Amino acid sequence: MTALLTIIVLVFILIAIWQMVKIFDLALATKNENTQVATDKDNTLNGYLMMGFLAFIYVITIVCCVLWGDLPLLSNSASAHGPTIDNLMIISLVIIFFVQTLTQFLLHYFAFKYKGEKGKKALFFADNNKLEAIWTIIPVIVLAGLIIYGLNTWINIMGVDESDDPLVVELYAQQFNWKARYGGADNTLGKSNVRLIDIDRANILGLDESDPNAQDDIITTELHLPVGRPVLFKMRSQDVLHSAYMPHFRAQMNCVPGMITQFGFTPTVTTVDMRETPEMVEKVKRINDIRVENSKPLLAKGEEALEPYTFDYLLICNKICGKSHYNMQMKIVVETQEEYDAWIKEQKAFKNSLIN
Amino acid sequence: MSAHADTHAHDDDHGHHHKETFVTKYIFSQDHKMIAKQYLVTGTIMGVIGVLMSMMFRMQIAWPEEPNVLFEALLGKWAPEGVMDADIYLALVTIHGTIMVFFVLTAGLSGTFSNLLIPLQIGARDMASGFLNMVSYWLFFLSSVIMVISLFVEAGPAAAGWTIYPPLSALPMAQGGSGTGMTLWLVSMAIFIASSLLGSLNYIVTVLNLRTKGMSMTRLPLTIWAFFITAVIGVISFPVLLSAALLLIMDRSFGTSFFLSDIFIQGEVLHYQGGSPVLFEHLFWFLGHPEVYIVILPAMGLVSEIMATNSRKPIFGYRAMIASILAIAFLSTIVWGHHMFVSGMNPFLGSVFTFTTLLIAIPSAVKAFNWITTLWKGNLQMNPAMLFSIGFVSTFITGGLTGIILGDSALDINVHDTYFVVAHFHLVMGISALYGMFAGIYHWYPKMYGRMINKNLGYIHFWITAICAYGVFFPMHFIGMAGLPRRYYTNSNFPLFDDLANVNVIITVFALIGGVVQIVYLYNFFASIFFGKKAPQNPWKATTLEWTTPVEHMHGNWPGEIPHVHRWAYDYNKPGHDVDFIPQNIPLKDGEEELQH
Repeated sequence: MTALLTIIVLVFILIAIWQMVKIFDLALATKNENTQVATDKDNTLNGYLMMGFLAFIYVITIVCCVLWGDLPLLSNSASAHGPTIDNLMIISLVIIFFVQTLTQFLLHYFAFKYKGEKGKKALFFADNNKLEAIWTIIPVIVLAGLIIYGLNTWINIMGVDESDDPLVVELYAQQFNWKARYGGADNTLGKSNVRLIDIDRANILGLDESDPNAQDDIITTELHLPVGRPVLFKMRSQDVLHSAYMPHFRAQMNCVPGMITQFGFTPTVTTVDMRETPEMVEKVKRINDIRVENSKPLLAKGEEALEPYTFDYLLICNKICGKSHYNMQMKIVVETQEEYDAWIKEQKAFKNSLIN
Repeated sequence: MSAHADTHAHDDDHGHHHKETFVTKYIFSQDHKMIAKQYLVTGTIMGVIGVLMSMMFRMQIAWPEEPNVLFEALLGKWAPEGVMDADIYLALVTIHGTIMVFFVLTAGLSGTFSNLLIPLQIGARDMASGFLNMVSYWLFFLSSVIMVISLFVEAGPAAAGWTIYPPLSALPMAQGGSGTGMTLWLVSMAIFIASSLLGSLNYIVTVLNLRTKGMSMTRLPLTIWAFFITAVIGVISFPVLLSAALLLIMDRSFGTSFFLSDIFIQGEVLHYQGGSPVLFEHLFWFLGHPEVYIVILPAMGLVSEIMATNSRKPIFGYRAMIASILAIAFLSTIVWGHHMFVSGMNPFLGSVFTFTTLLIAIPSAVKAFNWITTLWKGNLQMNPAMLFSIGFVSTFITGGLTGIILGDSALDINVHDTYFVVAHFHLVMGISALYGMFAGIYHWYPKMYGRMINKNLGYIHFWITAICAYGVFFPMHFIGMAGLPRRYYTNSNFPLFDDLANVNVIITVFALIGGVVQIVYLYNFFASIFFGKKAPQNPWKATTLEWTTPVEHMHGNWPGEIPHVHRWAYDYNKPGHDVDFIPQNIPLKDGEEELQH
C-alpha cells in the first residue's frame, strides 16, 4: 500500500514538473530562437547565482567552523608525538583554507564577471608560459615544504627505538572484541600462534605453553598504560582484518591475520588529568546534555534513561570486520606508574589462568 | 599516423543497404552511437540503484535503529518491522561503492562518452571494431545483471566494503555476505573487467589508427586525449584487479592460501598458511588508485571541451593540459600505497608513497588554474553543461585540497578510514565525476537524441544538486576529524560521538534532498527523448567534428566524404576573423597562421 501511494505521489510530481515546464517554456518562447540555448537573461541570472554560490561556500565554511570547529581532534592529544601531528594538520588546514578561499573566489567571480552578452567578444588567450610557470612552481615549493615536514614527522613516529625500554603490549583482535597481553615481569611476550588456541583450557590467544616467556604473560580486557613510559604495541588478529585506532593518541595500525604489526607511542596525559582539562569538561557536559535530552522519550516509554557519560580513552576498530564492527572497543586507562603497578599486580599470570 | 578510413567507409556503406531490424538497431547494435546510448541508459539505471542505497544508509546513520517504512518496503526480510539489519547496512555501503565507482562512473561515463565522441571527434566512420564494441557493452550488461541478482541471494549480497579485503571477503563464516553474495560479486567484476578491457583496447586502436586526414595528435580535442589516456591506464591496471579477483576465488573455492594465513574463526583453526591480506591490498589498490583517475580523467576532458566552447575562448594552455593528463596518468600508477599507510606495510615504503602522492597535486593545480584562466575575459554562455563544468572545478578543488592531508602518511594515521576520507573522495572523484558526466550529457544530448534537453530543468537540477553536494560533504570533514570511523551501522555505542549526531542528521537531510532532486533530471532526460525541441545541427556553435554530422543518426556518421581537419579544436574568437568560431574542417585562410599552444 505504501509503495503504491509513493508511486502515485511520484507520478503526480512528474506531471506537475511537466506542466510547470510547459508553462515556463510558453512564457519564454520567442520566434526563431532555439529556446534551449542560454540567452543573455539566463547568463545574467546564472552569473549572479554563481556569486550567490560563492557566498554559500564561504558561509558553509564559516558555519561549520563556528558550530563544529571544536569537534576535530586538533589540540588535546595525549601522546608525545601527538602535537607534531596536530601541528602539521593545522599548517595543512591553513594552506588548504587559503587556497580554497582564493581559487573559489576566482572561479565564481570570473563566472559572474564574464557572463555572456550578445555581441561581446571573448579574448583569444590561448597560452602564457610565464603564468603557467608561476602556478607550477608555487605548488612545487609549498608541497616540497609539506613533504619534508610530513616525512620527518612520519619517520619519527614510526621509528621505534628499542633502547628506550618500551613497555611491550600485544593488542589482540577478534570478531568483535579486543584483548591486551602484557609481557609480565620480563616484559617479553611469549610465543604464540592461533593454532595453539585451546578454548577448553582457556588458552584463548594461542600462547605457547612450553615457552618460559609466556608463563608470566598477562591477558586483560582493559588496556592500562603508565603515563610517560614509551609503549610498543604488537598487533595480532585471529580472524579478519581489524584496525587498532586510538584517536586521542593519534595512533592507528591494522591488525593482520598471519603477521604481527606494530606501533609505538608515549602516553602523556592520564585519564584523570584529561577529564579535568577545560575542553574535556565542556565536551562531556555537552554530551551529557544531549544524553539527558535523548533520555526523555525513553523515560516516557518506561525504559531506562541513558547512563551519564564520563570520558575515557578508547581503542576502537576502524577496519570493516563484520556485523558488529560498529561495537568493537576497549577502554584505555592511562595512569601513574604506581596505579599501574597496583593494577597489574591484581591480574592473573597466564600459567595461573589455564584450566587443567 | 593519421589515416584515411576509406576502406572502412566502404564497408559501412555496404552494410547500410541491408535493412536494419529492431534487434540490430536497438539491441545488438554495432554502431558506436547506439552503444554509447546503451551504456548511458544502463549506467543511469545502476546509478538510480546506487543513489537509492546511499539514501537508505544515510537515513540509518541519522536515525539509527528507528523503524522506517521505506526500509520495510525495499529491504523486506532485512528490515524486520522496518528496522535496518546491521548486515544489510554493510551490504548497502559495499554495493553502493561498487556500483557508483565501476558501473556508473567507469562504464557509464567512459563507456558513454568514449563511444560517442571518439569516432565523431576524430573523424571516423565507427570504432575500429564494431563487433568487439558490441561484445564489450553486452559483457557490461551481463555483469550489471549479475550484480543486481546478487542483491537477492539468501545470505545477502557482498558486504565486505567495496575494497573486499580478505579474510573478511574470503570466509563465508566471517560474514553472511561472504558466501554466494561475494561469489556473484567476484564473477560480476571479472566480467566487468573483460568488458572494460575490450572497450579500452578499442578506444586506443581507434584513436591511434582512424584519425581523419589532418587530425594530428596535437589537434585532438582534449576529450579525446583524456579518453585515450584513460583507456591506457585501464589496460595497465584492470588486469591486476582481475588477477586479485581470480586469486581470491581460488582461496575461497579451491583451498589455496594466497591471501590467508593463521586463521581461527568460530571455534576452529583453518588450514590456510603463508598468505597475506596485505598482498591483496597491493593488488587491489594497484587498480584501485588508477581507477579514481579512470573516473576523473574523462570528466576532465569533457569539462575542458565544454568550458572552451561556452567561454567562446580557446582552452588555456592546451599543451600544458595534455602534459598534465600524461603526468597524472603516470603518477597514478605509482601512488597506490597511500591507501595502505597503516596496513602494516614497511614505513619506509610509506614515505616513498607520500612523496609520489603529493606530487600529483602539481599537475592537478595546473589543470585547475588553466580552467579558471579559460573563464577569464570570456563570453560565458551559461548553459546547464557550463554550470556543471564550473561546478566540477569547484568540487574538484575543494575535494582535491584535502588530498594533501590524506596523502601525508603522518596525518593519515589519525584520519584513515574516518568520514574525512569519505568526504574527500566523494567530492574529488564522486561528485566531480558525476558533474562531468552531467555536463557531458547536457552538452551532447542534441548529438545523442537529435533533440534539445530542457535548460530550465537543467538549471534547477544543477543549483539544488550543487547546494546539496556541499551540504552533504563539507560538514562530513568535521566529523571525520573528530575521529568518527566510516562503515559504522550506528554510533550509539560510543557516547564519545554523541555530539556528532546532529551533524549526521543535517548531512542526511541534504543527501535526501539531493537524491530526490535527481528525479527532475531523470524526467528531463527521458521526456526530452520524445518531447524535446528538435535540435539544430550545431546548437552550441562548437568547432569539433561531431557537429558537422547530420542531426539524424546514420551509419558511418557522414553522408559524404569524411571531413579533413585543418586546425586545432579551439579557434574561438580568433583574431583576424569576423566569425565567433571556426570549425576544425575549415581550411586556413591565405596567410593565416595556425596558432597552436
